[in-house]
Amino acid sequence: MDQEHETADRSPEASGDGELLQQLVAYLRENRTRLREEWAQRISDAELLQVMSDEEIFSEATEVYDNYVDALETGSVENLQAYARELSERIIPRGVETDEVLGIVLLLRDVLARSLFAHYQQDLGLLDRILDAYEPAANRIAVTVGVSFVEERERVINEQQDAIRELSTPVLQVRDRLLILPIIGVLDTPRARQLTEQLLGAIRDNRATVVVIDITGVATIDETVANHLVQAVEASRLMGASTILTGLSPDIAQTLVDLGVDLGMMKTVGDLQGGLEEAERLAGYRAGDANT
Amino acid sequence: MSVAILRQGGVLIASIQSDLSDTEVIDLRRRLAELVGTDGARGIVIDVGALDVIDSFVTRALRAIVLTARLRGAETIIVGIAPDVAIAMVQFRLNLEPLRVALDLDEALAMLHDR
Repeated sequence: MDQEHETADRSPEASGDGELLQQLVAYLRENRTRLREEWAQRISDAELLQVMSDEEIFSEATEVYDNYVDALETGSVENLQAYARELSERIIPRGVETDEVLGIVLLLRDVLARSLFAHYQQDLGLLDRILDAYEPAANRIAVTVGVSFVEERERVINEQQDAIRELSTPVLQVRDRLLILPIIGVLDTPRARQLTEQLLGAIRDNRATVVVIDITGVATIDETVANHLVQAVEASRLMGASTILTGLSPDIAQTLVDLGVDLGMMKTVGDLQGGLEEAERLAGYRAGDANT
Repeated sequence: MSVAILRQGGVLIASIQSDLSDTEVIDLRRRLAELVGTDGARGIVIDVGALDVIDSFVTRALRAIVLTARLRGAETIIVGIAPDVAIAMVQFRLNLEPLRVALDLDEALAMLHDR
């Protein structure tokens, strides 16, 4: 970004928004160094972006400034959008908040508007028209940057949710044809559904006969999720595996009873150890049978 | 005819190869009722692995086969219910009681031999 110091065509008779905008852009390029410094100064005065060093702020400010002026000139926010995304990707992990990003963009808008005012105050008619050309473009830019930042945050959040979901439902094989499914954390409907699918897939792949589902790490459960669990157990039965549910906390046990969830066909054991013993007994019993 | 019935030792193996029409389901039920109990057939394994859908009609027919076979002195085991089919059946509350299910043919044959 080095379109330094183009000579401005500053004829006050310039008419038409396009021409005015050109004049404006030329003015902003000419005063690039000064305005950029003023902006960086305002950012530190307002105590924004404190996680970043002054040098970093200054170099990012330069980039944003150039992109900003380019966007004013071309009226196309695509480059700025791409840059804002990329910037967000860098600063989000460092804990920069949405209000700070909006704050600095609005500060730049103020700094530029103020300097335009100072520059054109001799001719109020021209100033009026310059501001008419500047304001909609500047607002559009502010919205673009803000939205890019929020979108990037949402993308990061979604990615993390996916990662947590992947991590949080392992299906472990402990013995031949004996699986454990430890569930930790919040069990919501999408996760319960995903869990059912993983469980059934694992039963098929490992030719499991017994599955122990341990919910020691689950704090609460609601009716929908309880029904999902029951369905998971019934579906495993249809695939030829018995399921043992272990580690129901006192709270969950009471909730299930209060909700009237039918757990009649579920085999439950107090803790994982007991569940494993029971599972081995079931599997061993069958294995022994098969050998005779 | 989309269902082949094979005999292996004392076990009849009905392998369903594609989705069945209602008539084919009834036909299967009739043929199994005839075959079971003759020539010492004491068990039936029905492989439903090729079915994409198991609806209430098929479920009822399977139960009828199980009960009929029981009256003729044979045990029936259903094998090969796919994960998605299992989920759908549970969601539609299609109950396979008192059917016995097994993961695959090996398992089912082992269960029958144990008897």
